[in-house]
Amino acid sequence: MIPQTSNPFGERNRTLETLSAWVLGLLWLLPLLYAIWTAFHPAEFATRFSLTAPLTLKNFANAWDAAPFPRYFLNTFLLVTMILAAQMVLATLAAYAFARFEFRGSNLMFMLVLLQLMVMPDILIVENYNTMNLLGLRDTILSIGLPYFASAFGIFLLRQTFKTVPRELDEAATVEGASALQILMQVYVPLAKPIYIAFGLVSISTHWNNFLWPLIVTNSVESRPLTVGLQVFSSTDQGVDWSIITAATLMTSAPLLLAFLLFQRQFVQSFMRAGIR
Amino acid sequence: MNRTHSSITPWLLLLPAMTLLVAFTHYPAVATFWHSFFSTPKGANPAVFVGLENYALMADDPVFWRAFTNNLWFALGTIPVSIALAILMALWVNDRLMGRGLLRLAYFTPTVLPMIAVANIWLFFYTPQYGLLEQLTGALGLPSHNWLGNPNTVLGAMMVVAIWKEAGFFMIFYLAALQQISPVLAEAAGLEGASRWQYFRMVQFPLLMPTTLFVLINALINSFRLVDHIVVMTKGGPDNASSLLLYYIYEVGFAFWDSSYAAALTVVLLAMLGVIAFVKFRILDRRTHYQ
Repeated sequence: MIPQTSNPFGERNRTLETLSAWVLGLLWLLPLLYAIWTAFHPAEFATRFSLTAPLTLKNFANAWDAAPFPRYFLNTFLLVTMILAAQMVLATLAAYAFARFEFRGSNLMFMLVLLQLMVMPDILIVENYNTMNLLGLRDTILSIGLPYFASAFGIFLLRQTFKTVPRELDEAATVEGASALQILMQVYVPLAKPIYIAFGLVSISTHWNNFLWPLIVTNSVESRPLTVGLQVFSSTDQGVDWSIITAATLMTSAPLLLAFLLFQRQFVQSFMRAGIR
Repeated sequence: MNRTHSSITPWLLLLPAMTLLVAFTHYPAVATFWHSFFSTPKGANPAVFVGLENYALMADDPVFWRAFTNNLWFALGTIPVSIALAILMALWVNDRLMGRGLLRLAYFTPTVLPMIAVANIWLFFYTPQYGLLEQLTGALGLPSHNWLGNPNTVLGAMMVVAIWKEAGFFMIFYLAALQQISPVLAEAAGLEGASRWQYFRMVQFPLLMPTTLFVLINALINSFRLVDHIVVMTKGGPDNASSLLLYYIYEVGFAFWDSSYAAALTVVLLAMLGVIAFVKFRILDRRTHYQ
């Protein structure tokens, strides 16, 4: 990040700008702040904001007991890992083909890939549901992930990055007798590390949070991810218990929030380098 | 590269990804089109060719028209606001404001939080009698209002949630773009006596145009895809006032199990995306070729 050391525009009203930026920031944080407030206070304070309200962890315990969260966490973890691994491998291979090989039909193939940026599997829910039924995969974790294994976004990002690798590097490797796959693994992949991190974060947060397709294709505890589990559990009770819901919300979002906190800088920088502007 | 292998190698590299892309994107898109001309198989009755019957049905279906126009309003209402906010946020967190890191996090949290989880919280904000919004309007002495229960306000309320969700995500792209603008330009503009606003209008904003086009396309696609909050908060109600195309497809396909009508509806959605794709590839990409 380039620190801006001087302000070339003279004295402007920085205080007012900082204030407005923070008002907007607080507005944006409001749902999270509310969730934190409600989750750590007894139910009677869910809608009553008082500084003297006692703190409690009971909502988390209740939420944890109210639904099979360990199972949901495991499912989501398996889902996200599976999708990420598949996307990385498939996108790397495809991007390499597009970036370094000249072959007939490569433009057409690339167009077919880019089409998925417009038509995501989320939109073709009816047909994809039928396909999963035919394959006998309905209500499995694999069926939630399968439509997303080939990611046009990943292929596109990596292709752009691979194209910036100097030809000399891979010609040198070819002279040394390295195969195409060896060159890919030893030259291209290491150089694209920041892109892999950026893409990984986007992919993880997308699929951790994905809801509609998993809702459709799963119907048992064994395959349901966190998002669907959370919905099932918050709509079963008659009368919504805000304390338990907010505690559950915090539990399900905590891993992603932490990951973003840790990788924030790298994340923004990777986007810069990826040149998607 | 080895000449004898170079013709087959790229195809082998592409094979796994292309197979899955065809299976879950291209094939279902074509199959949807095909199935929209057939009836829905029910029990012992197999699907029969019905020609344009599903489309005729759609033309007379007030719920479809409602969802369709809702979706247009939804796009029109959410996209400009979230893009404008994203630019503003990016300018702020690119600047040396107090607590910049925290602000970045604040703007970005909606992107990381699962929509389905925060939709529950927004549900509470909009709840009549004791919801947060009610408490605020109550304190100001304004009359009580059921935001999600009133057909006139429900779509607006859903747009607010979508804007809140998207602006921070788009901010990341603007932030990345802003950081690639050389600080020399700001200094030069400062020396020329330009104001901050003039610098933004004459230098930063034009340089951000490619980002804006990229974000605009994404925002358009998202406005037809984003329905999680509808499922949780309103189920398209009241009286279909907050139904969007994809939500209606979901309802028809998985609540009414009318798969052929859902296919016809999906064709309309695909056509909308096709228009966006056409504009993108034919007009916008003339300037930025992916080479």
